[in-house]
Amino acid sequence: MRQSKLLRQRLVVIFLIGVLLLFSPLIALPDRPQLLFGLPLLYLYLFGVWLLLILAMAWVVRGKANE
Amino acid sequence: MLSGPLVVAASFLYLGLLFAIAYWADRRADSGRSVISNPTVYALSLAVYCTAWTYYGSVGRAAATGIGFLPIYLGPTLAATLWVFVLLKMVRISKSQRITSIADFISSRYGKSHLLGGLVTVIAVVGVLPYIALQLKAISSSFTILIHYPDVLLPGVADTLPVWQDTAFYIALLLAAFTILFGTRHLDASERHEGMVAAIAFESIVKLVALTAVGVFITFGLYDGFGDVVYQAQQAGHLKTRLVPEGSADIWLSFSLLSALAVLMLPRQFQVAVVENSGENQLRRAIWLFPLYLLLTNIFVLPIALAGQLEFAGIGVDADTYVLTLPIAHQQQWLALFSYIGGLSAATGMVIVETIALSTMVCNDLVMPGLLRRWRNQAPSMDLSRILLLVRRGAIFVVLMLGYSYFRLAGEAYALVAIGLISFAAVAQFAPVMIGGLYWRGGTREGALAGLSAGFLVWTYTLLLPSFAKSGWLARDFLDLGPFGIALLKPQALFGLEGFDEISHCLFWSLTLNIGAYLIVSSLRAPNAEETTQATRFVDAMKHDRPMVAGLWRGSAEVTDLVSLAGRFLGEDRARESFAEYYTNVRNLDKDAELPADAETVHFAETLLAGAIGSASARVMVASVVQEEPLGLDEVMDILDEASQIRAYSHELEIKSRELEAATAKLKAANVKLLELDHMKDDFMSSVTHELRTPLTSIRAFSEILWDDPEIDLEERKRFLGIIVSETERLTRLVNQVLDLAKIESGHAIWTSSDVDLSEVVRQSIDASEQLIIDRGGELQLNIPDHPAIVSADRDRLMQVMLNLLSNAAKFMAKDSGRVEVRLQRQQNMYKVTVIDNGKGIPEKLQPIIFQKFRQGIEGSANPMGTGLGLPISREIIEHFGGRLSVKSTPEKGAIFSFVLPCGECGADAASDKSGQEAES
Repeated sequence: MRQSKLLRQRLVVIFLIGVLLLFSPLIALPDRPQLLFGLPLLYLYLFGVWLLLILAMAWVVRGKANE
Repeated sequence: MLSGPLVVAASFLYLGLLFAIAYWADRRADSGRSVISNPTVYALSLAVYCTAWTYYGSVGRAAATGIGFLPIYLGPTLAATLWVFVLLKMVRISKSQRITSIADFISSRYGKSHLLGGLVTVIAVVGVLPYIALQLKAISSSFTILIHYPDVLLPGVADTLPVWQDTAFYIALLLAAFTILFGTRHLDASERHEGMVAAIAFESIVKLVALTAVGVFITFGLYDGFGDVVYQAQQAGHLKTRLVPEGSADIWLSFSLLSALAVLMLPRQFQVAVVENSGENQLRRAIWLFPLYLLLTNIFVLPIALAGQLEFAGIGVDADTYVLTLPIAHQQQWLALFSYIGGLSAATGMVIVETIALSTMVCNDLVMPGLLRRWRNQAPSMDLSRILLLVRRGAIFVVLMLGYSYFRLAGEAYALVAIGLISFAAVAQFAPVMIGGLYWRGGTREGALAGLSAGFLVWTYTLLLPSFAKSGWLARDFLDLGPFGIALLKPQALFGLEGFDEISHCLFWSLTLNIGAYLIVSSLRAPNAEETTQATRFVDAMKHDRPMVAGLWRGSAEVTDLVSLAGRFLGEDRARESFAEYYTNVRNLDKDAELPADAETVHFAETLLAGAIGSASARVMVASVVQEEPLGLDEVMDILDEASQIRAYSHELEIKSRELEAATAKLKAANVKLLELDHMKDDFMSSVTHELRTPLTSIRAFSEILWDDPEIDLEERKRFLGIIVSETERLTRLVNQVLDLAKIESGHAIWTSSDVDLSEVVRQSIDASEQLIIDRGGELQLNIPDHPAIVSADRDRLMQVMLNLLSNAAKFMAKDSGRVEVRLQRQQNMYKVTVIDNGKGIPEKLQPIIFQKFRQGIEGSANPMGTGLGLPISREIIEHFGGRLSVKSTPEKGAIFSFVLPCGECGADAASDKSGQEAES
């Protein structure tokens, strides 16, 4: 896989963002018993962040494949 | 309708389908159209990470701890972002070194050590075998539950069948057969098992679809969507406590870290991700597709868990079985069967791959070294390839049977049901030496041994033995009170570290002591030659496409010896083929060439063998047939230094040569320009001298006549003297003009710019030239506005131009009916002055020529007094002030000379008008 420095940097950034959103004290914020759209807030937050990370990874990797 | 025989038949049919897929994929691979080279298939094969523990256990964890089942999937998701560093490097190294397993990888890195490989194998087997047993247990339990349809079976009521009635036993046998058939086709264990991987990928699809089907049924069939399930659960009081991550952040963190490590360190993961990889490009899609798979698998886990709690409130059904018991409780027999097949998929996938991985390790790193040690003295020359295969197949069978036995022995014990994370913790011990081996050159064999041993011992003490104690196999005293009553050494509160769950506690201590021992013991001595060689090959693997290889070996060998050695393990034909290919493709030699084996060939032979028997054994075998002179560390370092210096130099050379090219190009361009200018100078010189000579010749000629003949009469004398005077004038004019032009062109002319009234200049020039025109019988017409026309220019120069144009007009106007018209107009932001004569005109071809130096249009026709420099100079002058001088003419219809100048009072617009002028003229 031809990897450009930019691709690797971007993936590291996504990694760090993921760590920040999921493993830092930030996670205490959505940890409430409230429901949003009928679903637990924490649940939505976790799955939402998860999906965003995946989409970000897919976009970064795809973008480079066309170079 | 769902009965025992039906379920049994379905199970075996499904396994038959797996066999068929594997067979089909192998056939396609043999014909060159590999199925598993597809990146999506690769990503799906990575999903073997999700076993029956995911399929059933996630729901169980969700029911018990709410969101606590997620870290096991979030960890690998984040790890995937870093795979472009770690996994890619592992793949590259493993392909070039023909690594067959994780034990091989570690042993190869630290100097090809048998001991290290053996230790890794032991840790893997001890850590993972119970995990295999768990899968078999899941198959057995799910089968039992299903055949009790339509009753929902409660835990504890399940009667374990005797072995010969236990479906799980027959399934285990079938799996052994599958693995042997599709996992040991090649003698080279580092080759891909196409059929097996295709089957695994298929299973990943099945288990995802089954789980989703159950999820959809429950969420949208039993309830009205996610919101409804949540609401009802909340009403029933199941929901409120479900959201907090299990009470402490460190579990959230440590489970994620553990899973992130396990997703590469588990033997089955290493097998599919590294050994079965078909090309580095596959990683691209896997990086995001695998996490996506994990996400999809987990979408319905929470609804299923909540629905199960609502459904079976108070009945005590094991939450792990909700995926199966919920469809049963609602009379959905086909869905239940499908769900069972999904679980079967998840379990069998894991068992197949894990068995292959473990058996390869057992064969290459435990059995073979033992055998080789025995044979080193005897050196049997028989065909070892059959023995090799036999050992491998035997290992597969033994591993599976051991797994099944553990399952039977352990039953419901804690030591089985909690094994998931315990296994993860065991394989996590590989992480420091693996990652250290990839990025740090300083690790030594003893360091790796120390790290692994320390980690393994701590793991055993803090997790494995306590699990035995919790299962009742060991006295609980040592767990509750510490060994020999020493409270500080309590296995799950070591040195007083209390308040952590057992996994986090173990992870902390084991990794700390592992990393600590690894670093400290590695620092006790510098790496030796072998370790340094391997360190370079591993750590620098990404730096060059063809890693610098040989040259790190010295000795003598015969190619025939190497070929026959390879033949003993790989089969004669295969060995010969490989060597021939190597010669033609890699070395560009004739395949029958007779050569002594050099370092590269020996390395090739070693690598070839490593694929079959592991790096350490391959080393030993090759060393036995060659005379090697072991390289000292100094020599190795010298060679490595030299190599890196050469690399640095060649890089510099490249840069220099590129710069040189650029400079040469510039020089060439400059040279061409210089030659041009030289030509122009020559032309100019010859023109000027010619032009000067002509009047000089006349002057001389007439002067000589006057000198020779003093009797010449007055009329003649006056005539000749007149000619001499005018020629002198002409010469003066010429010289002045040449000087003028030279100054203008070289940029040394002095220009003064001021506001000049163009109309006034025009009038003045007309006054000066009027007489000339009248003398020649011509008429002058004026069309000049009264108001001033201010331009920014040099007045004298403008006069020069006007005089030039007017004198030309006068010279060329028609004889006797000559007419010269002068106009001054304003055009947008410019002033245009036009001088029109009604002479013979200038043919189009000659129009550009008249502006060239010393050219006068039709050669010799009109003006022997002209210099040919007037128009060029005028043009330079006008262009200097931002204008254009041009001519329009039709033969026989006269000529129109005009120039434009930007108007001075237009201010800022003047500058931008240069482009307007280009368009206009």
